[in-house]
Amino acid sequence: MYQYDAIDRAFLTDRVEEFRHQVARRLAGEITEDQFKPLRLMNGLYLQLHAYMLRIAIPYGTLSAVQLRQLAHIARTYDKGYGHFTTRTNLQFHWIKLRDAGDILADLAKVDLHAIQTSGNCIRNVTADPRAGATAEEVDDPRVWAEVIRQWSTLHPEFSFLPRKFKIAVTASAKDRTAARTHDIGLALRRGRDGDLGFEVMVGGGLGRTPYIGKTIREHLPVSRLLSYLEAVLRVYNRHGRRDNIYKARIKILVAQLGAEAFAREVEDEWAKLDPARVDLPDLELARIRAFFAPPNFDVLPAVSEAFEAAKARDTGFARFARHNVHPHKARGYAIVDVSLKAPGQTPGDASAEQMDLIADLAERYSLGEVRVTLEQNLVLPHVKLDDLPAVYAALATQGLASANIELVSDIIACPGLDYCALANARSINIAQDIALRFADPAKAEAIGELKIKISGCINACGHHHVGHIGILGVDKKGEEFYQLTLGGSGAEDAEVGKMLGPALPAGRVAEAIDELVEVYLRERRDGERFLDTYRRTGLEPFKEAVYATAH
Amino acid sequence: MPPLIRLAHDAFAQVDDRFTFVSDDEPAPVGDIIVTLARYLREGDGLVGDTRQVGVRVETDQSVEDLAYDLSRIPVVELSFAKFRDGRPYTSARLLRERLGYRGEVRAVGDVLREQAQFMVRCGFDAFVPADGSSADQWATAARRFRHVYQRAADAHPPAFDERATLAAEGGAGDGHAL
Repeated sequence: MYQYDAIDRAFLTDRVEEFRHQVARRLAGEITEDQFKPLRLMNGLYLQLHAYMLRIAIPYGTLSAVQLRQLAHIARTYDKGYGHFTTRTNLQFHWIKLRDAGDILADLAKVDLHAIQTSGNCIRNVTADPRAGATAEEVDDPRVWAEVIRQWSTLHPEFSFLPRKFKIAVTASAKDRTAARTHDIGLALRRGRDGDLGFEVMVGGGLGRTPYIGKTIREHLPVSRLLSYLEAVLRVYNRHGRRDNIYKARIKILVAQLGAEAFAREVEDEWAKLDPARVDLPDLELARIRAFFAPPNFDVLPAVSEAFEAAKARDTGFARFARHNVHPHKARGYAIVDVSLKAPGQTPGDASAEQMDLIADLAERYSLGEVRVTLEQNLVLPHVKLDDLPAVYAALATQGLASANIELVSDIIACPGLDYCALANARSINIAQDIALRFADPAKAEAIGELKIKISGCINACGHHHVGHIGILGVDKKGEEFYQLTLGGSGAEDAEVGKMLGPALPAGRVAEAIDELVEVYLRERRDGERFLDTYRRTGLEPFKEAVYATAH
Repeated sequence: MPPLIRLAHDAFAQVDDRFTFVSDDEPAPVGDIIVTLARYLREGDGLVGDTRQVGVRVETDQSVEDLAYDLSRIPVVELSFAKFRDGRPYTSARLLRERLGYRGEVRAVGDVLREQAQFMVRCGFDAFVPADGSSADQWATAARRFRHVYQRAADAHPPAFDERATLAAEGGAGDGHAL
C-alpha cells in the first residue's frame, strides 16, 4: 500500500486546521449556512434529512487494517455504531453532529484518511479494480496510476470549481470491475503491440438523468503522458462544459453535444500545447510511488490446499462460499475473498463497528493487512492463503458476514434512498431487503446465477439502476412510492444502458415482479447463459408479458 | 469601493487602485481605466494614449487568447468571477501566465472569497478585490494555508514530487512510519 510521508501528513494537518476554523466560525454565527455550505461540502459534510452525513474518501478502495479499525472507532464514538460503504468505494456516516466534525477529521488524519473531494464540483476520489495487485488478469497495477491521479487531483488549483463533479476510474484487466465506461473518465491499462503500456481513455460516461456509456477518445495513451492528457481533458471541460443548468453540466453532455471525435480533437489540440516537462510526473516520483505497490513476499505454497479441499467436502455452506466468494489469486496457494455486506434483510453496504473490527483483524491475520472496497458495496480480503479459508469463513460467520451471494440475485446495489437522503423520491433499502428475503434460499439463488440488481431512490441514479441487469428506479406518484424497472443494463466491459420494462409498479409488487422476471429467464435460458445473455437474445417481450400479463 | 490587495515579492498588501472601471456606455475619463474586452477590441487603439493606461476586464465566458497580440501594452487583466463556483477564470489566469507569457497584473474581481485565495495565487493571480471583506492579513493567511501542494501550476510553489526529489538528493528522509 501507499504510505504517507511527512509531506502528505502535513497537508492533511493543514486541511483539518482549516476546517476546524470554518466550523468554529459557523458555530459562532460568524458565517451563515449559505456561506458555510460550500466549505463543508469541500470536506464531504452533507446536511441530510435527519443529520449531517460525512463521506470519507477511501482512495481507490484500499484500506489497511489499522485504517478500518479507526473507521470502526469513529462509527462507535460519533455515529450510531455503523457506517455505509458506497458504490464509489467511500464510507459514509449518516448520523454526524457538526460540532464533532473537526474531531472526526483529526481522528481520520491520524491514520492518513480524510474527506477531501468527496463532494463538490471537483475531481472526486479516484476508484480502481478491487482485485489490483492480487489478480493474474491485470497488465499492470492500477493502484500505481490511481495514486498518481490522487495526488495530482488533490486541491488542484485549476480544477476545483468545475461545471460539475468529476469521477475517474482505473482498471487494468479485461474484465472491468470499476464500471469505467460509466465514469467521466475511464482509464483501462492495455499493452500495445510492441508491449508498451498505455491507457485506453474513455470519456463522457455517466448515469443520472441522462445516462451515457463513455466513448473511447484515445486507444493508446503512453502511460508516462497520463497527467498532461488528463489536464487537457479537464481544461477543455472546465472551459466549455455547461454551467447554466446543473443537469446538463457533466462532461457527458459536452461530449455528446460536440460528438466524441470533435471533443477528442479539442483535447488533442490542448494537449499539444502543454509542456510535458511541467505537467507529467517525473520518472523518479513515479518509481517512488510504484515501489509502494511492489508485490508482497507471498509464501511459496502448493497450488492445491488439502485443508481447503477437505473443508469444502465436509461443509456444503463453505463449499458454496468457495464457489461464489473466493476467486483465483496470482500467487499459488492464495485466493481473493469477497466479503458480502448483503446478508438478506440487511441494508446493502452497511457494516457495523464490530463487523469492521472483525474484518480488520482478519486482514491483519490472514490478508497481509489489506482490505479493499468494491463498487458493489462489498469488501475484499485480497491475499488469503487457501489453507486459511476455512478459518476466515468461520470467523466471518460469527458476525453475519459469510453470505455466499457475490454477483447473485441478493448482491444488490442500493442507494440510501428516502430513509436518509433529501433528494430521494422513494425508499431503496426496503426494496433490496424484500428481494433478498424472497431469494433467501441459497440453492435457488445459485441456480439463478449471476444477476445484478441495482436500485436508485431517485433519478440521480446513485444506485446505478441504469446499468443493472435489472434496474429499479424509485419514483413518486402523487405521494406514493412506485418503482420503474429496466432490463439489460451493464456497467462492466460490455456496458449498456437498460431498457424500460413498462409502467412503474407499487412497492409491494416489486419483489414479486423480480421473481416473475427470473422465472422467464429460467424457462428461456440456454446452456451457460446468464440472465443478461438470455435477455439480450430474447429481447424485452417475454419478460414484459410475464410482469404485466396479470394487469390486462 | 472594496479594497485592492496586491501580491508582490511574496507579500500581500492593501494598495490604492489607480484604475477606474468604465462601462461600455460611459465615455472614457482622464486617467488609467479598465474596459470590457469587447470595448478594448473595438476601441483599444484609440483609448491607449501617452498618458493613459488601459486594462481589460474578461468575463468567465470570454477567451483570454483574444488579447494575445495586445498583452504587451495591457497593464492589468481583470478576470471576473460571476459566481465563486464558476472556475473558468482559473484556467484563464494560467493561460495568461503559462501560455501567453503575460507579466502584468492579473486581478480577481467579482465573487471573490478568502477560501479561493490559494487556488488563485497558484493559478497566477496577483491582485484581489475580495467580496467578503477580507483584510490583506486574512487574505495572506488563507493564501498560505497549505504548506505543500501536489501539482505544478503558474506560481513558484514546488510540488510535492519536487520537494521529495530535493529531499532524496540531500539524503534526507521524507518517509513516514508504516501503517
